[in-house]
Amino acid sequence: MTLSPKGAAPTRRALYESRLRRRATLIAAGSTTAIVLAIVILVPLAPGWAAVKKSFFNGPVFAKTFPGLLDAFLMDIAIFAWCAPLIAISGLAIALCRDVRNPVLFPLRAFGALYTDIFRGLPVILVIYLIGFGIPGLGLPRPWNSPYIWGSLALILTYAAYVAEVIRSGIDSIHQSQRAAAQSLGLSDTDTMRYVILPQALRNVVPANMNLFIALQKDVALLSFIGPVEIFRQAGVYKSLMANFTPYVGAALIFLAVTIPATRYADYLMNRQRARR
Amino acid sequence: MKSLTLALCAITVSVGTAPGLALAAGHESCASGKTRTDGVLIIATGNPAYYPWVADNKPESGKGYEAAIAYAVAQEMGFDKDKVKWVRTSFDEAIQPGAKNFDFNMQQFSITPERQEMVDFSLPYYTSAMAVLTTQSVVDNGVEPTMDSIKGLIWGADANTTAVPMLMQIVGPTKDPMLYSDNTDVTAAMQAGQIDAALFDLPTALYLAAVVLDGGVVLGQFPADRAENPDQFGLLMEKGNPLKECVDDAITALTESGEIAKIEARWLQEATGVPVIQ
Repeated sequence: MTLSPKGAAPTRRALYESRLRRRATLIAAGSTTAIVLAIVILVPLAPGWAAVKKSFFNGPVFAKTFPGLLDAFLMDIAIFAWCAPLIAISGLAIALCRDVRNPVLFPLRAFGALYTDIFRGLPVILVIYLIGFGIPGLGLPRPWNSPYIWGSLALILTYAAYVAEVIRSGIDSIHQSQRAAAQSLGLSDTDTMRYVILPQALRNVVPANMNLFIALQKDVALLSFIGPVEIFRQAGVYKSLMANFTPYVGAALIFLAVTIPATRYADYLMNRQRARR
Repeated sequence: MKSLTLALCAITVSVGTAPGLALAAGHESCASGKTRTDGVLIIATGNPAYYPWVADNKPESGKGYEAAIAYAVAQEMGFDKDKVKWVRTSFDEAIQPGAKNFDFNMQQFSITPERQEMVDFSLPYYTSAMAVLTTQSVVDNGVEPTMDSIKGLIWGADANTTAVPMLMQIVGPTKDPMLYSDNTDVTAAMQAGQIDAALFDLPTALYLAAVVLDGGVVLGQFPADRAENPDQFGLLMEKGNPLKECVDDAITALTESGEIAKIEARWLQEATGVPVIQ
């Protein structure tokens, strides 16, 4: 971008560029308006619109169910709140396992690789079903067979695998010369990792991990399959009582209210990091 | 086809030699032209469809309470056994807007005013008591079929049914209930000891206790009038389906002739002798 010095008359280049920008903005606004108008006008013309509107965008049903949905969303937030830190810790631990270089500790490396292979390779819902119903089925007494515990464990196991891979890629992104330099200063392997590699690696992977946590916020809803009544299940209950899908639309809106700002924040972090490089 | 039917109808009525035949033809003219496919009645049920409602997940055998009722209703409306076609739908497919692939859908749909805003129900073909399914180990721990005793249990229910509001209204459990997607998941949770008890319509509870759940016990049933509105099952139809009148006529006729009671005695006879929870 060419900026003219403050107070000076704009250069021809600056004028030309601002004209281009204005034109681009006008075209963008025009095409967006056209598409929005087309949707707003054409969709209600569809023969089934009245029925769809009654089933999915039903004002009275929305008003009746929305407070209950908000209430149930607290459960999602609670599950997220206790899972997220545990995922961060275990993800880091697994990533470190995969990075050990001492031959004696090879079993740790093998464990790290096997772990990430398994839990990255399985659909979350499958892990939740197997662990959520399977482990309590071993005959654990209360409260140790609670679906909250085992469902959360399933989420933690799965997401820790993803986080571990992200952190490992962060560790790999730190140039080998830094390890050499640290060691030539007399730092031990552990201290090199702790004071030199990890601080840089973790900062590099913050945006990628943000995206994972947004995904986790959505996947919390999967715990409803093993019993807990969170927002998705609550919406399902309303749906079957009223034979109306509007509660799902309400639930979607509540999710978006949380995930869109979080996504924007992750984008912002990523852009800032790119700018810094 | 239609004109042929009409012609036959006219001949039967004008000759008037066989009153039974004339009656059947009369019903057929009620339903003719109102089904999805002319001359065929398409009935939907769940997938899988559970005993005792449908035996062996094969509704076309006519075995099981709902399968038998379906064929009786079809017969009454003038559709012979070979004119009935079965399709499978989930609950959500049954209520979603847009073209339906069935004339009516029967999978223990409870009739409620809220649902009636969105879909049409026939007159009820069954009124069920709600029953408590639990396991022998819970009973061994001293749970009795009394209100006080069952309030403190950890409850579960199938979230896609009216069991949830019934549970809150009839029992009012002290702890928040757990909800599942279907009977299989409820029984899995009960097997894993995660819930103590669950609410089902009585025939389903009896089946789950006897066949599906290891050590399953039906603790008791609630009197049908316990709930503000008893749990009545109706055939679900698309809102404004012109067939509703004919279906209602058929169910009224079957109720009056005692046919429905006969089918009930055949498939749901065990549904007595379970203690009543007061």
